Amino acid sequence: MSAVELNFIEIIRRALDEEMSRDAAVYLIGEDVAAGGAFGATRGLVDRHGPRRVRNTPISEAAITGLATGAAICGLHPVLEIMFIDFATLAMDCLVNQTAKYRYMSGGQLSVPMVVRTQAGAAGGAAAQHSQSLESWFVHVPGLVVVAPSSPVEAYGLLKSSIRLGDPVLFVEHKRLYGMKEELPEGAGPLPIGKARVARSGTDVTLIAYSAMVRTALEAAENLARSGISVEVIDLRTLSPLDTETLVQSVSRTHRAVIAQEAVEIGGVGAEVAARLGSLAFGELKAPIARVGCPFAPIPFAPELEAALLPGAKQIEQAVREVMG
Amino acid sequence: MATLTLETLKRFYEQLWRIRLFEGYVQRLTGQGEIPGFPHLSTGQEAVAVGVCANLSRSDYLFSGHRAHGHVLAKGSDLYATFAEVIGRQDGLCRGRGGSMHLVDAANGFLGATGVVAGNLPLAAGAAFAAMERGDGRIAAVFFGDGATGAGVFHETLNLASLWQLPVLFVCENNGYAEFTSREEHSKVARVSAFASPYGIPARTIDGNDVLIVHEAAREAVERVRAGGGPRLLECMTYRMAGHFVGDAQRYRSKEEMAAMKEKDPIERLRRHLVDRGAAGSELEEIAARVKAELDATVERARRAPRPDPAGVLDWVYSADSVHPGRG
Repeated sequence: MSAVELNFIEIIRRALDEEMSRDAAVYLIGEDVAAGGAFGATRGLVDRHGPRRVRNTPISEAAITGLATGAAICGLHPVLEIMFIDFATLAMDCLVNQTAKYRYMSGGQLSVPMVVRTQAGAAGGAAAQHSQSLESWFVHVPGLVVVAPSSPVEAYGLLKSSIRLGDPVLFVEHKRLYGMKEELPEGAGPLPIGKARVARSGTDVTLIAYSAMVRTALEAAENLARSGISVEVIDLRTLSPLDTETLVQSVSRTHRAVIAQEAVEIGGVGAEVAARLGSLAFGELKAPIARVGCPFAPIPFAPELEAALLPGAKQIEQAVREVMG
Repeated sequence: MATLTLETLKRFYEQLWRIRLFEGYVQRLTGQGEIPGFPHLSTGQEAVAVGVCANLSRSDYLFSGHRAHGHVLAKGSDLYATFAEVIGRQDGLCRGRGGSMHLVDAANGFLGATGVVAGNLPLAAGAAFAAMERGDGRIAAVFFGDGATGAGVFHETLNLASLWQLPVLFVCENNGYAEFTSREEHSKVARVSAFASPYGIPARTIDGNDVLIVHEAAREAVERVRAGGGPRLLECMTYRMAGHFVGDAQRYRSKEEMAAMKEKDPIERLRRHLVDRGAAGSELEEIAARVKAELDATVERARRAPRPDPAGVLDWVYSADSVHPGRG
């Protein structure tokens, strides 16, 4: 029997289904989740786990995020779906002022074991309010964990560990990955939070990326290999905490670093990675660290404009060639 | 109306005094620079806290806002640990991490005061949701001010709580002011209880300065909520005898308004009830004196208590150190 390939959405659904079967405290809450979710990730789960545990909500991001937080401090393990990360702006008071700080402000009396699944990134003309990459906002908030998987199999393991973690996790799925198919290896299980992954080994330059940009980075690495440049691609997996150790180890071998992200470059995750490498691996670097990110503009609607703005394999390849000198 | 025993009324009297004197100490020590930050006093609103909390069990969940001292005490939290938190000591409820605006006493069902107006409302709905799903008979209650009705999340939460028939009691302390702005200046809707009806939530507006009226209304509401009747809203008309925060010059209030304040004083109102019921004036004075002695000793102990060790400043950011960016 040949192994079945699952796309990103199907694998998310499987992870949710398994975690709900494992732990009766796991609840799915969000707009349309009982109807299957806007992207189908929760399709059929209401039939398997019942309408009490798979809950449609009104379009009230602030209230449902607060409700999930309140339920989490009282023993449930909610998985909240915020349909687009752009809509998390409506839940920011709760996420930043309550969810993230509850454990600290209470002196450790309470914790918030909840996951906010959300979907980000630009694709297909979703335009300025449905395409953003806002993950760095959350990286800046103590108390939150931020996870950004790069593939279906990665998402499966990282979602499971996020649900089991015991601290609030923002789980950022990229819409461009939703159609990507992979075979789920036998015995796949939770992946460690806070550990980056070497997605491709190389010796000349370390290329650091996360979420959908890992695929673009791998494409760039493949192209560069044809020109004789050996690129090591690191998938950050979790943006907070950041696995500095893996990054420093890699750069200590390659002596060059390029960071690629879809988010606007200014104040982004790449800036934090660059700062850490600059201070922890300064002596190892043979060239300035290069960053690839979105120019400082909102995401436009027209396909030509969207394509013009988004960084792709070409920009990454150019940055790698520049640091190679 | 269920008749409360004289003993119960005396206990309420003691609780009202405890909150009043607690707030007096907070005011004084803040003025002296011993209490940092922005404490918000509930002086004048004590009857709401005492009347509502008398109907909650220890395991029921309670949430409050930035003006929370009275609620924590009425829920039964330890006086010393509460004051120690407000003054920022290691023995405080939250080990000095929360302070006046973020009190939590989880073991006692007090799940949190939030410093952002209206942010506490959906948290209470969530706690009620967890209780409902477990079927453990608990309810959640949440105190908020009339200013919270200006926030969208107030309306979102009322809708959600009604839709899911959550066991939650919303208690509005309508003290007439949203910070420095009077009700008339911030809403065309005179009664907060009027907001409940479109969401299908039974609500009442009551005199919040008479602890007996508050107690009776809360008893009835808590009973219905606990029986699975869905959410209820209670609007308690009260009066903030203190400013918005310690140090507020209160230029927005007239002299006449300040003078009429005494008439509304919930302690004076209960004292009259007690005297009518045959309590001796001397005994009531003794109660107040006893509470004062208790406060004096507690505050002194808290002032001398050890300050938090700066070495622990990164404790409790996360459950697991492995995910703490500063520690992992």
